[in-house]
Amino acid sequence: MDALLAYGFLQRGLLAGVLIAVACAVLGLFLVLRKDAMIGHGLAHIAFAGVAFGLFLGVLPLAAALAVAVAAAVGVMRIKDRAGLHGDTAIGIFSSLGLAAGVLLASLARSFNVELMAYLFGDILAIEPVEVVLTLVLAAAVLAAVRLNYAKLLYMTFDRESARAAGVPVGRLDTLLMVLTAVTIVLGMKIAGILLVAALLVIPAAAGLQVASSFRGAVRASIAVAVLAVAGGLALSVALNIPASAAIVILCFAAFAAFSLRRKGRAARPGRG
Amino acid sequence: MPVNPMDLVAVRGVSFAYHGTPVLTGIDLAIKEGDFLAIIGPNGSGKTTLVKIILGLLQPTEGRVELLGAPPGDLADRSGIGYVPQKATHIDPLFPASAEEVVAMALLAAGRAGRGGGRGRVVRALRAVGMADFARWPVGHLSGGQQQRVFIARALVTSPRILFLDEPTTGVDAETQAAFYDMLRRLNRDEGLTIVLITHDYGIVNKHVTSVACLNQRLAYHGSHAEFCRSDVFRAMVERGDHFISHEH
Repeated sequence: MDALLAYGFLQRGLLAGVLIAVACAVLGLFLVLRKDAMIGHGLAHIAFAGVAFGLFLGVLPLAAALAVAVAAAVGVMRIKDRAGLHGDTAIGIFSSLGLAAGVLLASLARSFNVELMAYLFGDILAIEPVEVVLTLVLAAAVLAAVRLNYAKLLYMTFDRESARAAGVPVGRLDTLLMVLTAVTIVLGMKIAGILLVAALLVIPAAAGLQVASSFRGAVRASIAVAVLAVAGGLALSVALNIPASAAIVILCFAAFAAFSLRRKGRAARPGRG
Repeated sequence: MPVNPMDLVAVRGVSFAYHGTPVLTGIDLAIKEGDFLAIIGPNGSGKTTLVKIILGLLQPTEGRVELLGAPPGDLADRSGIGYVPQKATHIDPLFPASAEEVVAMALLAAGRAGRGGGRGRVVRALRAVGMADFARWPVGHLSGGQQQRVFIARALVTSPRILFLDEPTTGVDAETQAAFYDMLRRLNRDEGLTIVLITHDYGIVNKHVTSVACLNQRLAYHGSHAEFCRSDVFRAMVERGDHFISHEH
């Protein structure tokens, strides 16, 4: 606690981490229930191309990654519809292309350096004030967009055909969900790294689903797991001098394992969550 | 053909082909307010396709449809339509939605929840189908028949004028089926709800509906149930040995 009060970089890391954790937990629930859990992984690879592009051009890598990931998210949706591809195939194509472009650009920019490694593996303690502001604004925008469309997103996630019949614009909301995921993935890169950020989308949501019997209960449980894992991971990182991204993901998994065991011992009964 | 203002649905010259294979050809059909219409026909006869075209989920290759007085794609307010799709109960058992959340989805998505999230309307809809005591239960923990009732409650919560049901009791036991169709008949008779029911079970047709549309790519018959029982179409079905379950009428 003393360290948290004493060091600005710790405060910035915790603030940005908590915001991203909440956004990831909420979006992750929709993605996991839609069986789109791997989208986060794919978009993270695509964002790698954006980071490399930013380093190549000498602009803020986070901003470049944001532009590339959002454009790719919209592109994936269009290609999926026009080429009649399954979602995971479209993601597979774009993520491979993103990784290849990233390697090429990083090589051309001669930027296989500490900064690139910070994006690949995450460095929550190296978050700049401008990145915290960007995270604050965009995470708030992501959560506001989900809040505004919550009922429709839930309806189409549960029963797409009935939602369409009820007038829910499922195509537009598919694209919105992809764009929000792309934004969240980019914001989470500095915390968990390109290679691990998808875990923040998937594992807290999967953990929440183990114990909740209502969707609101799952949202609360998922947020609790993500926030506690980020705060705990940061604390462990400082106390034990270990990488925060790895600690965060391992804590997420520990919560998932604990909740799974609890679920196993639970009989079907009316929900309270 | 002029549109009768009493018609909630007007289907005119509708054809539909899937990858060049005709599924529906030249369908003309009007559904009047207060009807309890059964759409029957063999597998692959286009029953589900026709309902999806009426709802605007599929676009016809030819012809046009009016639903509640407008082309289905132009309906700004769709709260007058209730729909329970085929295999509605084939839900992800891990989906963490309670019965009341499932019902509230339709109300919230239609922007009709009002203050308090429309809980009163949700409870009333669940009560109407005998599921009020299960409001907090995870829907994945309910039996097939109970789930079906929850989906009916979801379709009813916006107070629709017309309810479409696509084989709603597939896989549901006989006792639950009987209670389910009694409930539909009550909603039709007492609440004036127009019901369009896709079914394979001619026993249900005999016992509950007021009119019948018999489909086999073309509309072979559309009229009252009483006339249907005297029609050549019905006689041919019996002679062919089509799936026919007899109920006292």
